Amino acid sequence: MRYVLKKTGVLVVTLLLISLLAFLAFQIVPGDPTTKLLGNDYTPERAAALRHAMGLDRNVLVRYWDWLTGFVTGDMGDSYSYGMSVEKVMEGKGAVTAGLSLMAWLLVIAISIPLGITLARWQGGRLDRVFVAMNQVFMAIPPFFLGMLFTYVFGLVLKLFVPGGFVSWRESFWGFLGYLIFPALAIAIPKAAMVTKLLRSNILNEMDRDYVRTAYSRGNSRWGVIRGHVLRNAILPVVTFVAMTLADIVAGSIIVEQVFALPGLGRLLIASIGNRDYPVVQCIVVIIAFIVVFMNYLADVITQTIDPRIRLG
Amino acid sequence: MTKRILTLALAVLMTAVLFIGGGQSALAAENGSTGDADLTVGIAADLDSSLDPHVSSSSAGTREVLFNIYEGLLKPDTEGNLVPAVAEDYTVNDTADEYTFTLREGVRFHDGSEVTVGDVVYSLTRAAGLDTGEPLMATLANVAAVEAADDHTVVVTLSAPDVEFPAYMTAAIIPEGSDPADGIIGTGPFKYVSRSPQENIVVERFDDYWGEKAKCAKVTFKVIEDGQTMVMSLRSGAIDLAAHLEASQVAELSDLTVLEGSMNLVQALYLNNARAPFDSQLVRMALCYAIDKQAVIDLAGDGHGFPVGSSMYPAFGKYFDEELTDYYQPDTDKALELLAQEGYDRAHPLEFTIIVPSNYTPHVDAAQVIVNLLDQLGGVVKAQIQQVEWAAWYSDVYQGRDFEATVCGMDASTLTGSAMLGRFVSDNAKNFIGFSDAGYDEAYKAAMELGGLDENLVDLFGTCQQILTQQAANVYIQDLADFVVMQPNVEGYRFYPLYVMDLAGVSKTA
Repeated sequence: MRYVLKKTGVLVVTLLLISLLAFLAFQIVPGDPTTKLLGNDYTPERAAALRHAMGLDRNVLVRYWDWLTGFVTGDMGDSYSYGMSVEKVMEGKGAVTAGLSLMAWLLVIAISIPLGITLARWQGGRLDRVFVAMNQVFMAIPPFFLGMLFTYVFGLVLKLFVPGGFVSWRESFWGFLGYLIFPALAIAIPKAAMVTKLLRSNILNEMDRDYVRTAYSRGNSRWGVIRGHVLRNAILPVVTFVAMTLADIVAGSIIVEQVFALPGLGRLLIASIGNRDYPVVQCIVVIIAFIVVFMNYLADVITQTIDPRIRLG
Repeated sequence: MTKRILTLALAVLMTAVLFIGGGQSALAAENGSTGDADLTVGIAADLDSSLDPHVSSSSAGTREVLFNIYEGLLKPDTEGNLVPAVAEDYTVNDTADEYTFTLREGVRFHDGSEVTVGDVVYSLTRAAGLDTGEPLMATLANVAAVEAADDHTVVVTLSAPDVEFPAYMTAAIIPEGSDPADGIIGTGPFKYVSRSPQENIVVERFDDYWGEKAKCAKVTFKVIEDGQTMVMSLRSGAIDLAAHLEASQVAELSDLTVLEGSMNLVQALYLNNARAPFDSQLVRMALCYAIDKQAVIDLAGDGHGFPVGSSMYPAFGKYFDEELTDYYQPDTDKALELLAQEGYDRAHPLEFTIIVPSNYTPHVDAAQVIVNLLDQLGGVVKAQIQQVEWAAWYSDVYQGRDFEATVCGMDASTLTGSAMLGRFVSDNAKNFIGFSDAGYDEAYKAAMELGGLDENLVDLFGTCQQILTQQAANVYIQDLADFVVMQPNVEGYRFYPLYVMDLAGVSKTA
C-alpha cells in the first residue's frame, strides 16, 4: 500500500513538472499567438493591446498558476485560434485518438502474445524460421509507411475502405471502427513484431534454466513446461514492455492520423503548435503525458502483482 | 406477391447501399438530380480563429471560403470587374471622395431577415472602425463617414479621394448589431452550418439567395494539410474537388478533371534592401541576371507558371506591364561583372541565407533551384537555405524584417494597384523589404491623388513597376500555376483573378 501511495505521489509530481515545462517551452520558441490572430492587420500597438486583453503580458508563473487552478477544476480555458473553449475544440477528436490507440494496442496484444508462445513452442519449425527471417523487416518498418502502403493496397486497389474518408462514431459506430482498423494495424504491426520477438526469446532463454530441466525430468511435455512454469517468468518483462508501448502508440497515432486523414488529437496538436495556441497544446500534452506516466505506473504495479519477488521502491 | 418480394429486396438493397456508401453518396444517387448533391472540398489549411469577415483578411485560405458565405455591396466577377451584389448600383462624385450606393431590393440574410440601410451602415461603420477609431479593415482607413440618405441609399464619404475605393466595398454586410463571434450570418449563396477545428467547415445552400442559387445543397470543406493525403483523397473519391495543387501532385491524378489557372500572386526572391549585402543595387541586379526565372519555373514547377518582372501579376490586365518580364536576360558573365565591381570574387564570395516558410513547397522548391543556379557562378555566390515554420517566418521575416533574402508570394486582397504596390512605399508598414525610392513614393502618391482619370493611373502604376524592376528591388520570378482537380462528375469551377474559391456554380452529378 505504501508502495502504491508513493508511486501515486511521484505520478502527480511528474505530471506537474511536465505541464510546467510545456508551459515554459512556449516562452522560448519564436512566434506569438497575436501574430497569427492579427495577420495582415498586425501593428505592434495592436499586438500589445491584444496581448494585454489575453492576459499574455502577465508573469509566466502567474499565468501557469491560473491555468493549473482552472485545469484542476475542469476549466481548460479557451482556444486562442478557434474562439471556442478547449473542450469544444477537442470534442470528438479525443475519441478518434483514444479509439485508434486502444485498437492498435489490443491488436499488439492479440497478435504478439499467442504468436510469441506458438513460435517458442515450435522453435525451429517452419513458421518460426519464416518469422525470424521477416521480423527485422516488420520491426523496422515505420507506421506511416505501412499506412501509405495500406491506403494504396487496401484502399485504392482492393477498395476495402475509402482513404481519406471518415465517419464519426456518433453517425455509425461500426463504420467508425471500420475506418480505424487499417490505421490501427499500421501502428500495431511494428510493435507486435517487437513484442513477439521479446516474448519468444524470453521463453527460449528461460528454457535453458535448471528448473526447466527439473520440470522435464518430472515427465512434463514441452508445452506443459512452457505453460506451467516458463511463461510466468518469461512474460514479466513483456508486460512492462506492452504497457509502455501504449505510450509509443499514442505518439505513433499522431503521425498515422495524418496519413489516413483522421480528425484526431494529433492533427490538432500539430496545428495548435503552429498557431501558438497554448491552451490547446497544453491540454493535449498533459493528456499524452498522463497516459505515458500512468501506463508506466500501471506496469510497475502489475509486475509486482505477478511476481511477488519484485519489491520496487 | 412477387411485387412485395421485389419491394422488400429493393429496400434491403437500398439499405445496404446506404450503409456501405456511408450514406452521403448513396443519397445523392437516389435523388438523381444535380441540385441536391453534397460536395466535399479539400482545403490545405484550417480557417483562421475568427470567421469575422472584417478581421479575417489575414489568411487567403479563410477569405476564399468566406467568399461563399459573405457578400459586400459589390463583389468581384471572374474577369476582375466589380459587379453589384447587395447594392444594385453606385455613383461617385467628380472629386472621387463621395460614393452613393443604392441597395438591391429583396436581399436577405441567412436568418431570413431583409437587408436594410441600417445593416449596411452598421457593417461599414464597424469595418472602418468609425466608432472605435481603429479600422478593422486597413483598406477602409480612408472612410470618413457612412450615412443613410434614405431607405435604399447609403452615402460613403472619404477623407481623401480614391478612385479605387469601390474595390474595398467588397467588405461583408452583416446584420445590424451582430457580432460574427456569436453567429455567422451573411447574404452569400451558402449559409454557415458548423465547424470542427482541423476537421471541417460545413455550409448549406441558401435558398433565399437573391442571385443565381448554388447548385449543390451542401458543401463540406475538409481540412487536409498533408499534400500527399490530399492526392490520395482525390484518388479514392473521399473528396470531390481540391484547388491550389502543384504540378507534381497533379501528375498522379491524370484520370480526373484538371483545370489550370494561376495563383494570383508574385513569387520572388525578396531581398532586404535595407541591409547588406542587398542594400547595393549592383548586387541585386547581379542576382537578377544570374537567376533564370524560366529555369525556376521549369525545374520547380514542371514548366507551369507565368513569368513576371515586377510586383504585378497578369490577371491585373491593364496594370500588368508585360515588357518588364524580360528586363533582365539571364547572363552569368554580366552577373559576375557586377559582383566584381562590388568586390566579390572567388576569394571573397557573396554569402547569404534564404529563409523560406517550410509549409509552402513551391517556395522551398524555388529556393532550391535558385541556390543551384547561383552555384553555377563558380563559387562567387554562396547562398544557403533556412526553412522555418510559418509562424516564425511571419514574425521574424515579415514583421521583424530580420532576413537577407526570402522566397515567398505576395498576393492582393483586392484588385487594386495599391494592393500590390502600396507595400513598397518607403514608410509603409508592410514594406518588409525596406525598399526606399523617392521617385517611387512620388509616383505612388500621385496615383493615389488622381481624381478618377484611369489612363494616368495605369501610367503611374506602370512607373512604379518600372522603378521596382530597374532598381532590382527583388528577383521577380513568377505567378505560380494553380491546379484545380475535380472528380469526373463535378463541373462548373470558375477561376477568379483573386484568391477566392467560388463554389456556387459547381455542380455534381450522381
